[in-house]
Amino acid sequence: MKTDIILAGVGGQGILSIAATIGMSALSNNLHLKQAEVHGMSQRGGAVQSHFRLSSKPIASDLIPKGGCDIILSVEPMESLRYIDFLKKDGWIITNSTPFVNIPNYPDVDEVIAKIKERKNVIILDADKIAKEIGSPRSSNIVALGAATPFIDIPFESFEEAIKLIFKKKGDKIINANIEALRAGRAVADAR
Amino acid sequence: MQKLLLLGAEAIAQGAIDGGMSGVYAYPGTPSTEITEYVQHYDLAKERNIHSQWSANEKTAMEAGLGMSYAGKRAMVCMKHVGLNVAADAFINSAITGSNGGLLVTVADDPSMHSSQNEQDSRYYGKFAQIPILEPASQQEAYDMAYFGFQLSEKFSIPVMIRITTRLAHSRAGVERKPLLDQNELILPSNPTQFVLLPSIARKQYKGLLNSFAGFIEDSEESPFNHYFEGTDKKLGIIACGLAYNYLMENYSETELTHPLLKIGQYPMPRAKVEKLMKECDEVLILEDGYPIIEELLKGYLGKEKVHGRLDGSLPRDGELNPNLIAKALKLASEEEVTEISEDVKDIVKNRPPAMCVGCGHIDAYNALNEALSDYGVGRVFSDIGCYTLGALPPYNAINSCVDMGASITMAKGAADAGLVPAVSVIGDSTFTHSGMTGLIDAVNESSPITVMISDNFTTGMTGGQDSAALGKIEDICKGIGVDPEHIIVFTPLKKNHDEMVAIMKKELAYKGVSVIIPRRQCIQTTKNVALNERIRELNLR
Repeated sequence: MKTDIILAGVGGQGILSIAATIGMSALSNNLHLKQAEVHGMSQRGGAVQSHFRLSSKPIASDLIPKGGCDIILSVEPMESLRYIDFLKKDGWIITNSTPFVNIPNYPDVDEVIAKIKERKNVIILDADKIAKEIGSPRSSNIVALGAATPFIDIPFESFEEAIKLIFKKKGDKIINANIEALRAGRAVADAR
Repeated sequence: MQKLLLLGAEAIAQGAIDGGMSGVYAYPGTPSTEITEYVQHYDLAKERNIHSQWSANEKTAMEAGLGMSYAGKRAMVCMKHVGLNVAADAFINSAITGSNGGLLVTVADDPSMHSSQNEQDSRYYGKFAQIPILEPASQQEAYDMAYFGFQLSEKFSIPVMIRITTRLAHSRAGVERKPLLDQNELILPSNPTQFVLLPSIARKQYKGLLNSFAGFIEDSEESPFNHYFEGTDKKLGIIACGLAYNYLMENYSETELTHPLLKIGQYPMPRAKVEKLMKECDEVLILEDGYPIIEELLKGYLGKEKVHGRLDGSLPRDGELNPNLIAKALKLASEEEVTEISEDVKDIVKNRPPAMCVGCGHIDAYNALNEALSDYGVGRVFSDIGCYTLGALPPYNAINSCVDMGASITMAKGAADAGLVPAVSVIGDSTFTHSGMTGLIDAVNESSPITVMISDNFTTGMTGGQDSAALGKIEDICKGIGVDPEHIIVFTPLKKNHDEMVAIMKKELAYKGVSVIIPRRQCIQTTKNVALNERIRELNLR
């Protein structure tokens, strides 16, 4: 198997937690992985992306070639479009619909959503709303990840196990909230 | 053994620890910060009593690392590329003194300037110092090079540079560990004058360095990090340095690479291997993530038709490489495939620049400063490097310069010397101890009419909240340097204190000598850091 994912969002939105969760799941399935991420200045409210590559064979480049990406997973709608040239023609966009507005010239959200919908394979979900509904407003990133899990060739249980490991130090309450968030996101994808 | 999932930067730390390191010395700087942080948070490093506290700047780090090497132990010094400029004096001279215990200088370059002022290539510095350089292509090689780098250093009694770039430093992959090696015993250098660079001794040491060079090349020739892959299509040969090798191979994940390929991971270049490639191939493409240093070397004044790379436009002259750019250079993809950006999306997707955090104290300080300066007009604020540099952007437009660590105070002084009075300097607490203090002495010695704002948030914020060497000491340092205590003024940058801050600033701007104003409030990113709060409390109770 081979899955190339671009994780997109804004500094502080939990991109690296998503990356860590997929990374841990991949590791427990003995997959090769490379994950390039952004640190430093950009994390201060700037656009942040992570190239995430999974494969059953060794991976050469830390960066995904243009037109080679299977999934864009975005925790904010406009950011999913920033990397659109990387996406394969039949690749999937999974994006949160709640915008993160920290710039004065944020585009019209409807226009952004319409543009995303021009692609063939799209899941748009209000991850913020879903996270609030399950009483875990800070887990919207994990909700978005949940919606992407059907397209990543890793058993769903592995993602749950990964969350247990990653949030171990934060206690059962946080673990359970994140697992519930993951399942809620997955349910959206399954119901499509 | 199960593989560890490590950033390239972390792989270097792990490799150095497993390779018998006794201390790491560094000043935080993206993309090098995670090396030292990894050592700081690793239980094994604590058990093995490995030094890992931050240094005041890269020069003090380099010198301390050299001192640990002098005492026979294995040390690593880490910095970002521009940090090496700060450490350059000690670094170049360390090639002349040589080392005793293994000494690695790990420098993280930032092509494409993701988080930097320039994209200088540290391999030039390594070449300038005439020492061996290691350049990993993968996280595993980063680990291996740190692990074996100490042995290479000790074999020739010479510091060894490890050069990485942002992309590798901040990319994660599986890494396999090697057996944990013992640390060195304390042992003085066998040559008692080696570290005394009096001219007569330095001349001798320098000859020794020059004589070692043939050995460095010989070692490169045999190095497992330099590999010649035979190929049948000799119309083109390829030299791929460090990470560029991965981008090349990405283009051959489905098909076979038939061109002869020389993969470079250790410098000086393996001469025989390079000659073989140049001889057997009609043309040669050089892939290096950074400056065209090898390309320039091989091009010389002649034979320029034969060598391709960044200088003849086969690859862009600036910015980091990627698989697409290399596909284009190999004519595997068209220009459009590489550079085309979907036109319809371009209009929707807006830039999202980094910004100061909501609620950050720097914002309140800048709002007050802008108002206090309104009587004098714009163009008087010299800044430094840190989160507060983001004050250059709208809506603040609060600063007029940012050149290097410490340049704010000295540039303000120079401008004041030229007659721009008042001139204002903005510097952070950590940057002040990094390189601001010496400039302040110059200003005090001449009673320069400048106002220095040391925006103190108790931490090195931009790189993620490392300890600041200035913690709890700024007023004392300023007093010690000779600033009149009446003109050292501390206040809390909060919206409710705006008028008070403006009044203080106006008064100090009118003063015809050195003033230091200190807006002081903890970085909002670190407020939740209980340990830091406790430390500040302790310092306050002293």
